[in-house]
Amino acid sequence: MAIPLTLEKWSGKINTVTIGASKNSGGTRSLEIKIGGQEALPFLFAEGKLPCRPQVAFEIWDIAPTDWPVELTKHYGADLNDPIEWAKICVEKFKAQILCLRLQGAHPDSGDKGVEEEAKLVSRLLKSVSVPLVIVGSGDDAKDNLVIPACCEAAKGERCLIGSAVQDNYKTLAAAALADGHNIIAESPIDINIAKQLNILISDIGMPLERIVINPTIGALGYGLEYAYSIMERARLAALSGDKTVASPFICFVAQESWRSKEAKATAAEFPQWGPERERGIAWEMITATALIQAGADLLVMRHPEAIEKVNGYIDELMK
Amino acid sequence: MYAEIGKAIKERNKSAIQKCALEQIKAGADALDINCGPASKKPIEDMPWLVEIVQEVTDKPLALDSSKPQVIEAGLKAAKNKLIINSTTADPEKIDILVPLAKQYNTKLIGLTISAKGIPQNKDQRLELAATIVAACSEHGFPIENLYLDPIVLPVNVAQAQMKDILDSINEFKIISEPSPKSIVGLSNVSQGTSVRSLINRTFLVMAAASGLDAAILDPLDKELVDALISAELILNKQIYCDSYLEAYRKK
Repeated sequence: MAIPLTLEKWSGKINTVTIGASKNSGGTRSLEIKIGGQEALPFLFAEGKLPCRPQVAFEIWDIAPTDWPVELTKHYGADLNDPIEWAKICVEKFKAQILCLRLQGAHPDSGDKGVEEEAKLVSRLLKSVSVPLVIVGSGDDAKDNLVIPACCEAAKGERCLIGSAVQDNYKTLAAAALADGHNIIAESPIDINIAKQLNILISDIGMPLERIVINPTIGALGYGLEYAYSIMERARLAALSGDKTVASPFICFVAQESWRSKEAKATAAEFPQWGPERERGIAWEMITATALIQAGADLLVMRHPEAIEKVNGYIDELMK
Repeated sequence: MYAEIGKAIKERNKSAIQKCALEQIKAGADALDINCGPASKKPIEDMPWLVEIVQEVTDKPLALDSSKPQVIEAGLKAAKNKLIINSTTADPEKIDILVPLAKQYNTKLIGLTISAKGIPQNKDQRLELAATIVAACSEHGFPIENLYLDPIVLPVNVAQAQMKDILDSINEFKIISEPSPKSIVGLSNVSQGTSVRSLINRTFLVMAAASGLDAAILDPLDKELVDALISAELILNKQIYCDSYLEAYRKK
């Protein structure tokens, strides 16, 4: 006799966040991406509705990255020097459905690009590609507080996902995103208590909880992946049990962490026993991504086209 | 507060009652107990009226509170929100009417561990009455996880020796059946006739929470009481801590 599965009954639900505004929603995007909306843990279809598949965003920068390994840069070639061309190759050649623009060049230590220049880049990018956008600052609080509001305004009505609001610097970014009709990323340092607190702080200034996406901060495989996993799982369990303050979808910056690991970027000449670097970096990015998908990641920011293709295939398989 | 509500019911002053309902929800109430009060001459008319006007301002669950099954039925007919029947006793004449009604209207049900023989005097009597109610619910096909057992809280100045039995009963209700029935208390009775009511209510509630209490009928406008309960849930790891956890709970 078959033993019937014990099914969990959940009372809560993850918020659905829509990124990108099409013509009908007052924007110019060719598609809208919905993330979240789960009524159960990942892929447990028998326990509740899972209306949205996890999505992968291609990461692009406003400047050519200097520390990316060749294995990664060779797929984009000279286009890395021009964010518009870089974006186009992602959309046209690699079929990206959503892009994540990191304004790294605005950082005082990476070129200190001006506010107007970055806002113009956002406008041009929106004209050049029609997919929804995630826009994140350089991580320099003072500069982000100048650059991000200008970019929000340049992208007004396009319903982007803007980041990253942190506990010590959320007011300006969240207010700008709120004013121009965008969603906001709330970033906490692998800390469930701060993630919850930040969501409350942001909602207190008028941003609806339904427009917040949590960046829980993650570690790559071998670099704290399990810890990030446990934090995400704990938040998800609380949200499904009815805690609305943590019922936000997750964005995970997978590539940023996995391509920083020695195992992903060291050459085969340095560590011959680790095998060819061509496969290692892709594997590291992929494994980090797929583990986080099981923890409940809704939007994964990735870099390597091959890793992205494989992760998308994995998601398709699980959503069947 | 409740004298004013009695007056408002008599005069059909709906805004006074709606205002009170909204204040309680804002303070953190998950459900509202609807009781016509002892002064009501025609509870069978007052109950549906109360249900309708409260439903105009909230979609929170409503507990229909009356000792008369026909008054509860009048409320059930008027309701569209989720409902809790408050309450049946362990007496067959009550159970046989109210359990089928609870099943028919898909409501939750509060079962008092009390019978025509009187108030239970110890833990064993409470558990025996609880088992009677659980067995009757099973017989009628009513889902046990929607049953809330009330151990009958007595005033501490009258029945001090029973307090520990009451707390232990809350804990042991859980092992009567699988799935477990839930537990509930009418809190304010514990401090009836004492001189420091709020503190006694608060202390008992936190101890009951630690014993596994699932629900309580209480005054949500007693902020210190609700704050203590939220903190107890935090200690029991039922809520995730954050600096604004009191506010977070009320946002739920």
